[in-house]
Order: sequence, then structure tokens, then C-alpha cells
Amino acid sequence: MRGDAKSMTVLSPRSAAEAVKTYAKVPTALPLAGGTDLMVGWNLGQLNGRAVLDLSRVAEWRRIKVVGDGVDLGSLVTHAQIQAHPVLRKRFPLLVAACATVGAAQIQNRGTIGGNIANASPAGDTFPALAVYEATVRVIGPNGRRAVPMSEIFAGVKKTTLKPGELIEAVFLPFPDQTPTRGVFRKVGTRAAQAISKTMFAGLIWTAKNGELADARLAFGSLAPTVKRLYAVEGFLRGRRLTDVSIAAAAELMTNDVSPIDDIRSTREYRLIVSRNLLIAFLKGEVK
Amino acid sequence: MSVGKNEPRRDGPAKLTGRALYLDDVAIPGCWHGVTVRSTVPHGKIKSISYDPSFPWDECVVVTAKDIPGKNLVALIEADQPLLADGIVRHREEAIVLIAHADRATAYEAAKRVKIEYEALPPVFDMEKSEKIFKSFLISRGDLDAGFAAADVVVTGEYRTPSQEQAYIENNAIAAYEEDGVLIVTGSLQCPYYVLKAMKQIFNRGEDKIRVIQTVTGGGFGGKEEYPSMLAGHAALLALKAGRPVKIVYDRHEDMAATTKRHPAVVRHRTGLTKDGKLLAQDIEVVMDGGAYATLSAVVLSRGTLHAAGVYECPNVRVKSKVVMTHTPPNGAFRGFGAPQTLFAVELHWEKIADALKIDSLTLRQRNIFKLGSTTATGQHLLESVGAEECLQKTVKNSKYAAKRKEYDRWNKNPKNPTWKGIGLSVCHHGAGFTGSGEVYLASRAGIALTKTGELIVLAASTEIGQGTNTMFAQVASDALGVPASWFSVETPDTHKVPDSGPTVASRTCMIVGGLVSRATKDLKRAFEAEHGRVPRTTAELKKAAAALCQGAPARRFEVQYEKPPDVTWDDATYRGDAYGVYSYAAIVVDLEIDKLTYEVRVRKVTTAQDIGKAINPLLAEGQVIGGSTQGLGWALLEEPIFKDGVMINATFTNYVIPTSLDTPPFEVILVEKPYSRGPFGAKGVGELPMDIPGPAVAAAVKHATGRLIPTLPQTPERISRALQ
Repeated sequence: MRGDAKSMTVLSPRSAAEAVKTYAKVPTALPLAGGTDLMVGWNLGQLNGRAVLDLSRVAEWRRIKVVGDGVDLGSLVTHAQIQAHPVLRKRFPLLVAACATVGAAQIQNRGTIGGNIANASPAGDTFPALAVYEATVRVIGPNGRRAVPMSEIFAGVKKTTLKPGELIEAVFLPFPDQTPTRGVFRKVGTRAAQAISKTMFAGLIWTAKNGELADARLAFGSLAPTVKRLYAVEGFLRGRRLTDVSIAAAAELMTNDVSPIDDIRSTREYRLIVSRNLLIAFLKGEVK
Repeated sequence: MSVGKNEPRRDGPAKLTGRALYLDDVAIPGCWHGVTVRSTVPHGKIKSISYDPSFPWDECVVVTAKDIPGKNLVALIEADQPLLADGIVRHREEAIVLIAHADRATAYEAAKRVKIEYEALPPVFDMEKSEKIFKSFLISRGDLDAGFAAADVVVTGEYRTPSQEQAYIENNAIAAYEEDGVLIVTGSLQCPYYVLKAMKQIFNRGEDKIRVIQTVTGGGFGGKEEYPSMLAGHAALLALKAGRPVKIVYDRHEDMAATTKRHPAVVRHRTGLTKDGKLLAQDIEVVMDGGAYATLSAVVLSRGTLHAAGVYECPNVRVKSKVVMTHTPPNGAFRGFGAPQTLFAVELHWEKIADALKIDSLTLRQRNIFKLGSTTATGQHLLESVGAEECLQKTVKNSKYAAKRKEYDRWNKNPKNPTWKGIGLSVCHHGAGFTGSGEVYLASRAGIALTKTGELIVLAASTEIGQGTNTMFAQVASDALGVPASWFSVETPDTHKVPDSGPTVASRTCMIVGGLVSRATKDLKRAFEAEHGRVPRTTAELKKAAAALCQGAPARRFEVQYEKPPDVTWDDATYRGDAYGVYSYAAIVVDLEIDKLTYEVRVRKVTTAQDIGKAINPLLAEGQVIGGSTQGLGWALLEEPIFKDGVMINATFTNYVIPTSLDTPPFEVILVEKPYSRGPFGAKGVGELPMDIPGPAVAAAVKHATGRLIPTLPQTPERISRALQ
């Protein structure tokens, strides 16, 4: 335990407006949502001397709001809240499944969707699902509000495109125009809980009446510095029938969009083989 | 009678409710925090140590090797490991400078302000390239050449096992202070008298001027066998220089990166058999990586060597073994103590032999397994308490091993199934107590005290580290005296209060020290009978009898010492004879399933029978079996310290992956009780046995599932995927 609480300053805004104002004044402060990642750095002493912007009193960011064209998740909504919400369970099952694989129950009770995004880990468990649902990150800052598509929120490992003073206020999930024919989320970690993913897959497909693929949204996590949609694979498959030949050809295009590495958790070879297996099995309808 | 009953664990409620305090939670008035500055090169000369002049060093106490009043040595087997590196470092994370400050964070900050310059020297990391041998052994039985000449087949194999982190729940932690001229050292430790022995040499003090006291200890698994001697020396150096209490509490990263682990090993087998699977010759070579200093490597290697031929009778055996130096943090004691490494090889090798002979490995084992009257590789005749066959038979039956092998063969042939299924088997023995003459050299003592007010107190240096020592002692004493277990308390291990009953290691606490407690209690029983007429039947009568027996003294102690059984012989020079007084035995069947898409392994069921002589407390014994087996499954499937340039780079629980409760499969535990005439109530050892063979059973099951024999642990999805490409 190398964290030194007395060397740190805690700022505790009581509303969203106050949070933005306080953060603008102290842009070096570290926003604290659920704290499940922040506390790891704290324990290592990496936060000593820093200011913390404690968001726990910003009640308006804790709400899940179902609106006409989608669901608005306040940035402080926890992984446990997401799993329990009936509309999310029905309309966004991949996100619900992803939240159930985050850490373990204790982490899911504290960890938040906004914190998960702001932390920008390459292995962020909710990102492939958010990517295929084409979520929008709603941001608030000293210059007002803006909406950032999920595909533009990450700049690299542990880096977002948030500007100084900006905070995530919500994540908007648009209802898909049509219900997907098939959807799957799969996380591959090392153990049954408290695992950091080696690869993660989320996939949605829409099949037309004539048997051709109307649309596909496919994404992997942990295979690149940020979550990656498989745009090349999706483009290739659109308008084709899913056959062994087309699926094999599609899988060859995976590496256009992902570039896994060897690290202390796994190998490039394993990540590629398993990711390809998952993609092929999903397209064949063999993975639930 | 208490023995054989599931008496509630004495340390249970306090630990369950959080009332039990680890050292870091114990309030020690005026205590400062000690931190350690460690080497950042694996091998090098220390050119200079400098201190950032902008830091207020006058607030701190700083200690280097120059401050050691006695020997700069952590006394153990060899006098090779310095307490603080002086002039040269031989591994990463070696302690060089110690700092204490009133404030923990400031102490860590101070450590960052120390700059050490080195002249790098070439390191050796590959154990097979090391030229420095700490210890080697040779076991020889029969005529190896003749055995191979007569063999119909010869099967060779090479097997590798990695290091492993003990992953106790409480990190290493020790505090030290001086009180009335006595240096008091207290903390999380397994072996108070090991610490005492080390402190005598560091501080040139007699035993009356040093006192070692154990605090509530959150697990050890061998990781607190020898390391606390180092940490105690560090804390005491700081405390004496500061003139106030100092505690050093490692955080998880430091504990994982700097302290001892299991020895990595390579084991090679060349085995000659008849065509129907009778063993004729076993030629075995063992290499272990000791790390930078000898620590306990010689005895770890000894146990590994003595278990290398497995639980099988073979007329011609040679085991050649060595443990070598590398420039990595020293490896040390870990549950199983060298045996899991060599047992992995000998057990998994049966699968290779099975392929060569087209005879299944169960049948092969049955044809060669130890029976009553068998002779081991060292020439030991097994004359009692041999439960190997019964364990094997019960495990095979209860797991439906034979039927499942066939069922899974059919399942695996169907390409539409999403998984491969496999079931694997292993059998082993585990010598209980110290090897060879070890118990004779230890000459352990334990006893029982009767106070004049009628308290009955067990006196032993054996520590409760979560395994149930205190509960077991009370049960053994209870039956020896014939009074309820609740009449007994167990003294805190404190070198000024309890005799030296040896270290809490080697599955010896119940069998050896429990035996001493039983003997001492019987002496007390005789005293009651002689001086009071009978053993008291009520607590009121106990008080009266106690006053009579104590004759005005505050207490009367009944102490006994270990006596060598007359018919046990061992020759250290030739490694012939009775390597252990007795062996415990175990068989295990692991039933698992592998995802065809991800190669993830899920253990569906573990069935294991373990012959421990007598379960003093069956529920605690079962807990030991499940816990030890799960630790073995972790080593088999998940755990692998990754070293780069001589340092562990995954020294966190995020990246060093141990099993969670969700990874723990359903267990069926069968306790087999083949009594040992010299153990208390027939008991043998149980602590390490369950750790020994989950590894080879997992690897055998993976082979059954996939058709690939992977001779390396852990059997990760990455390794399985690679084997299948």
C-alpha cells in the first residue's frame, strides 16, 4: 500500500454543473467514478500528490433513461445496474453480457460505464458491445456539450479524445432499426472471474429475406490498442450469402483491422487463432 | 473422544469475522515503517550508493550492510546469503539499503531518493547453462544396464515445470523492537526457531536476549519458512538503530517480486519395461533452478530426488539430480517441496509409456504400484501403512474412470460437439516429516503445561497458519488424557514460552509434533494417576488436582523430545535406507472439458482418495485436500511467473493468475486411513500431499481430450492451441 491519502486533494462537486466548473479550474484532477481502476494506481503510489475529482455526488449521472430512439446511460451507471435493467436486457443483450464478465460482482457493483470508457484500456470489457451498438459518448466541458461516436472516443492505449476539462456525462445507445438476426458477445480471459481479456468478440448480423447478409457489425477488443470494428470483413460480407467459402474469405480479412501482440497475458498467435475461430463460428451460427 | 470428530476450527470465528489481526493491523505504539531499496540489475558490483541531498534524511533511519553488528548472513543451510548486499548483487530485487520513517509514504519516497550505481556483470538465467551446482544427489538401485538390456521397450521423455508463487492472503510482515534489553521480533511466520537461529548470528546475541513471537498469520505454504528470517533481520536492524519499534510490511508486488518461490525444474526419464508393462529400469535426471542463493535448495532437491521414481517398484533405478545457481531471486520452500516437480514427470511419463506399449496407464500403474512389502529406490522396505493401491482403486471406482474414458472417446469423435472431454489419473506417495536423519538432527521438543489454577496449555513452536494446527493439538491432547478438547488451550508460538518443536513444514506438525504432544500428555496422565489417584473428571476436580500436582509452583511442564525409532536407518552418504518414517499416498482423477474455439479448460470434477493414516479432524483434512488440490490445479492450468532479465514481470494478482472460487471444481474427497503405528492415533502427513499430483492428472486429461501430450505446465489455452496447430 503506497498510496498516501494525505498528499492528495479531494474535490467533491455536488452537481454536474459544479463538476464541470471544478474540473475546469483543476484540469489536472483525476475524475473518480467507481474507482475500480483508479484504486489500483493509488495502491501503487502513482496518485500521490494528485487531486481527485470525486463524482459520487453527481446524482443525475447515475440514471438510466429510456427515450424514444434509444437508451441514455448516465456515465455513473454501474455494470450491475446495466445487467438488471429490463429494456437493456431485451434490446442490448451483448452489453448486458459484457457487463456480467467485468471483474467479479464487487467490481460490477462499483465500476461504471463512464469510468470504463475514460480509462480506455485496450481490454475494456464493454467496448466491443458499445462499438457494434454504435453508441455515442455524450461529453460535457467548459465549452458545452458534444457527442462523440464510439469509433472516435479512443486515441490509443489508455488515451481518449476527451479535451482538457471534459467529462463523460452519458452514453447513448440507439435502438437498432431492425432487430438483429443474431448477436453474440464472448470474452476470453484466463479464468472464470477477475480476468483481463485476451480477446473479446461482439457481433451482430441482419439477414435479408433472400438469405443475403443485409448488414454485419463485428468488433474485437484486446486485439489492438483500442477496440476495433472489422470494417473490411463487414464490407466484404454485406450482400453475400454466408457460406463456408464466403466465411473463410471474410475471416482472412480480419487482420486488416486488428493487430494483436505478444504480452504477459497471451500471445499474438493464440489471440489470432481464437479470434478467427470465434468469428467463423459466429458467422456459421455455431456460437451462442 | 475428540480424535476423528469435526471439532470446530479454533481460529475460525476470529478470522471469519475479521477480529483476527495481521501484523499490519496490530497497534504498536511509536512504530515506524521500514522500506527496502533493492537491486535493479541481476548481477553486478555496487559502485556507489548516494542519497539525494534535497531530501530530509535526518527524519529517517538508514541502514546498510555496514550497520550489521554480527554476521551479514541469513543463516540457513549454507552460509551464502547476505542479509544486505555488500559490494555485489547476485539477483534483481536484492536488498541493499533499508530506510525507516514515521510515515509510510515518506519512507517509500525516501527509497526513491537513493541512487545506486553498478558495474554490470554477466548474468546466468538458464539453469541448464549454469556451472554452479549448489547440491547434487545420486540414488542407485540394482543394475541399470542389465535392466535396460532385458527391457522390451525403452521410453524417454522430458518434462518441465515452472516456478509458482505461494500467494498467501497476507504478505510478509515483521516488526521488531527492544524491550528491557531483549530484542523482540514478531510477525507473520512459520518457523519461530529458524528466525531465532538467524537473529543470533546477525546480532551476536544469546537466546535469552532475542524473543520471536508469531502473530496471526495469513497463510504460508512454505513462503514463510525461510524468508521471515531475512525480513526479521531487516526490521531489527532498523529498530535497533532507530531506538524504537519498526515494522516492514511488503505490498503484494514487492512480496511477489522479491521473495521465494517454487523451484522450476526439468526432469528427464528413460524407462525400460517388459512388453506387458513391468518396470525393469528407470533412469531419471533432475535439474532444479535454485536462484541466486542456496536457501533450502539442497533439501528441496533431496525430496524431489527421493520422490522421482514415483510410487512404483522397480529393480533397477538411477536418479541423478542437481540444483544450480542462476541470477534470479532465490527459490525456496513451497508446499510439496520438490516432489510435485518430479512427480509430474514420473506420472505423466506413464501416458507416453501407455502409447508405446498400447496398454492403458491405469493397468500399467496397477502392475507396478507399491504394495505392503515393496522396496523403494533407496532400498526402504514398506512394512506398514501402504495405501497406494486402495487410493487408486477407490479413486478409479468413484470417478467412473474407465467408463468415462470410453464415453469421452466417443464424444471426441463427433466433430459437431463444441468441446473435447478428457479424464486423467495420477498416483503418488509423499514422505511425511523430515527426510532421512532430519528428524533426528532436529530433536524436536513439545509439551504440555498444567497451571496451578487448572489450565491445560499445549506448548509447541508449531504455528497455526490456517491449516488447523491448534485445533488438531487440542484434539490429540484431549484423547491422550481422556478429557474434553475444550479443556486445552494452545500457547502462542513464542521462543520464550514454548520449546523448539522444529519448523512448521514437511507435513510434520501432526505426525511428529502431534505425536510429541500426545506423549507429553500421557506423562501428565500418569502424574494425575500417581499423585491424584485418577485423571480429573470435572473442571472443579481439575483445579484441585492441579494445585496438588503443582505443589505451589505457578505451573508444571511435561516436555518430551523426539526419539529415533530404533529400526529406522538412513545413510546420508549413500542415500540408502529409510528415506522417511512413513509415506502418505494419494490418487486423483481430473475430469475436464476443453472449448474447441478458445482452448479454455474447465475442470468438471475432481475425485481424490488420500491415505493420511488417520484423520484427526476429517473436515479439516478434507479442507486441506481441497485447498491443496486447487493450488495444484492453479499450477497445472493457470499460474506461471514470467521472468524477464531476472525479474518477475507479472508480479501482481492481475497478471499472475490464481484460481478463484468460480474456477474451483466440485470435489469428491475420500479419506483412506491406513494407520501408522508411530503417528498419533495412526496419523501421517496431509499438508503437502494434495499439491503433488493435480498437475500430471490435468496433463493426462488434456492428452485424453486432444490427443496431444504437453510435457509442460501450466497447460494454458495458448499451449494447447499451439500443440493442436
